[in-house]
Amino acid sequence: MRFAEAWRVALEALRANRLRSALTTLGVVIGVAAVVVLVAIGTGAKSYVESEVEGLGSNLLLVVPGEVNFGNAPTVSPLTLSDVDAVARIAGGRDRVAATVSSGETVQYGTSRRFASVLGVLENTPQVFIRTLARGTYLTRSDVDTGRRVTVLGYGVAHALFGDRDPIGQQMDIAGVRFRVIGVFAQLGESLGVDRDDEIHIPITSAQRLFGTSRVDGLAIKADDASQLGSLGSRVVAELSRRHPGTEFSAVTQDQILGVLGKVLGILTGVLAAIAGISLLVGGVGVSNIMLVSVRERTREIGLRKAVGARPRDIVVQFLLEAVLLTTLGGTIGIGLGIGAAAVVAALSPVPAAATWWSIALAFGVSAAVGIVFGVVPAQRAGRLDPVVALRSE
Amino acid sequence: MTDVPTAAVEAREVSRVYQMGGVSVTALRRVSLTVAPGDYITISGPSGSGKSTLMHLLGGLDRPTSGQLWLGGQEVGGLSATAMAQLRNRRIGFVFQSFHLLPRTTALDNVALPLVYAGIAAGQRRRRAAQLLELVGLGNRMRHRPNQLSGGEQQRVAIARALVASPSLLLADEPTGNLDTATGAEVLALLEKLNAGSGGAVAGGSSPAGSGVAVVIVTHDAEVAARARRQIRMRDGVVVAEAAPPGAAR
Ligand SMILES: Nc1ncnc2c1ncn2[C@@H]1O[C@H](COP(=O)(O)OP(=O)(O)O)[C@@H](O)[C@H]1O
Ligand SMILES: [Mg+2]
Repeated sequence: MRFAEAWRVALEALRANRLRSALTTLGVVIGVAAVVVLVAIGTGAKSYVESEVEGLGSNLLLVVPGEVNFGNAPTVSPLTLSDVDAVARIAGGRDRVAATVSSGETVQYGTSRRFASVLGVLENTPQVFIRTLARGTYLTRSDVDTGRRVTVLGYGVAHALFGDRDPIGQQMDIAGVRFRVIGVFAQLGESLGVDRDDEIHIPITSAQRLFGTSRVDGLAIKADDASQLGSLGSRVVAELSRRHPGTEFSAVTQDQILGVLGKVLGILTGVLAAIAGISLLVGGVGVSNIMLVSVRERTREIGLRKAVGARPRDIVVQFLLEAVLLTTLGGTIGIGLGIGAAAVVAALSPVPAAATWWSIALAFGVSAAVGIVFGVVPAQRAGRLDPVVALRSE
Repeated sequence: MTDVPTAAVEAREVSRVYQMGGVSVTALRRVSLTVAPGDYITISGPSGSGKSTLMHLLGGLDRPTSGQLWLGGQEVGGLSATAMAQLRNRRIGFVFQSFHLLPRTTALDNVALPLVYAGIAAGQRRRRAAQLLELVGLGNRMRHRPNQLSGGEQQRVAIARALVASPSLLLADEPTGNLDTATGAEVLALLEKLNAGSGGAVAGGSSPAGSGVAVVIVTHDAEVAARARRQIRMRDGVVVAEAAPPGAAR
């Protein structure tokens, strides 16, 4: 019953000072919204990255010279096709090892030209990575062995160059050299910031001739199951190091890539969490401040309540409740904003950001806690007021 | 000593010294006063003579610096703030010069406030508060807020609130100080009526059956004082005289 009275009084106090209450809760609103958006983007980005990395294929081991690096490998690779054969022997067959050499080149058909990422690859690429064709056929072993000038186009390139025409069998130019289109990939979309429909595949041998190099940028090895990846990786790295003394090689699994990306996301999450924390702190101090004002304004009321029998605890509860009501109100608004912002992120980016139930519960709990933590000092001050002094105050 | 259990409140040699920036102000000096159940006492004296200080002590709002104060058979010296609050809630009703009603709160809810802290259920609170408002003649003003009531009406709401928890002692510190003479007279008449016990609903558990609540009024009005059974005069923190009007029964 006393609690009901405290509840009624707290609501009344907030209603009587609507604008002040709204402004006071702004910090909490922002902080809570940040918490919700943060968790939404964090979990969304995590599941996005996971699905992308897993979408590459399963049980993959990526081998590159130098340290593991995201983006374009800065190290000039010493690998050649004979290294690929050596690795294939360790991995148990040519089918299991995909090799790439890549370069950005101008591609042209008739008067349409554009820039594309040209990948020289082995014929086994669709078995190692997950790549499906929309039409035509993929490169064959004989294409690779004889360095035939044939190409499989990414969906985007095919569309840009050929429009609605069927590209299969057409001749086009890659870096000024004539190639025949034999296949078109199914649409893939963006993956980790790279437009994968912008790729075109040609036999690795043709690519090396085109780029004037004998290098291979990197290898991908497919194992039968994940448990083999570790030992396979160390054997491959040992063999490559033996063949190229003085060069470091790295073999990474998809789990390791996820781990590194997870760390990056973790840092990002930390920064956002700090912003959320700071605005909650600022909001909390604001609440503390406004509660002190509220206590001062209502000193006579406190005196009267005490005179008619309110215990110190009744007064403390009343003001704590007012503070908690204030912050949870801000928290509720913040949760709404956060859900909205997450929806906007989901609509405008590939990250499937969505406010999770636990983050909403967390945000609500946090805002209530802010009310308690920052309301307790003003509330206790109110509870300790001398009734005689309080009644006499103006 | 033997009359302790029957007295509404008893002050024994109480002093109250305020500390103000290193300076001691003695507001009350060894004052002794017993208020018996059903008493009607007026206190008068010049401003600053300690009347309010004494009222606060009698009502358990404050504690004496020295001396003993017995409230309902308990000495307040050893009581916690919580225990004092509960004592005030059950035994004391205050009426202040400036009414001290909660704004934005109906007369009914203002009157019911002490019952909230007595832990009484809402329905019962309402019924009891309505009863008291009827008693003070405001049965048709229950839903009014203080700013919709005249001064005299506000003070009657305050009196109803002071009585709602059936206290044994009602303390009124200059209850007519903010009222015009006619309205003030009505309020005093009401207090006298309540003291005389003509409000059956009012009688508190600790008042003898049939008699009203004990009333202590601080007043400057000599006429009012003249009607009291006991008239106390104060000056400089001491009781200088206690008189009973000729013929007044004690
Ligand atoms: N909180 C206080 N601090 C210091 N002095 C006080 C305080 N309250 C009252 N006094 C002093 O105590 C004396 C008695 O005050 P009070 O009881 O209010 O007198 P009265 O009600 O008779 O006018 C006055 O001198 C007053 O200034
Ligand atoms: Mg006074």
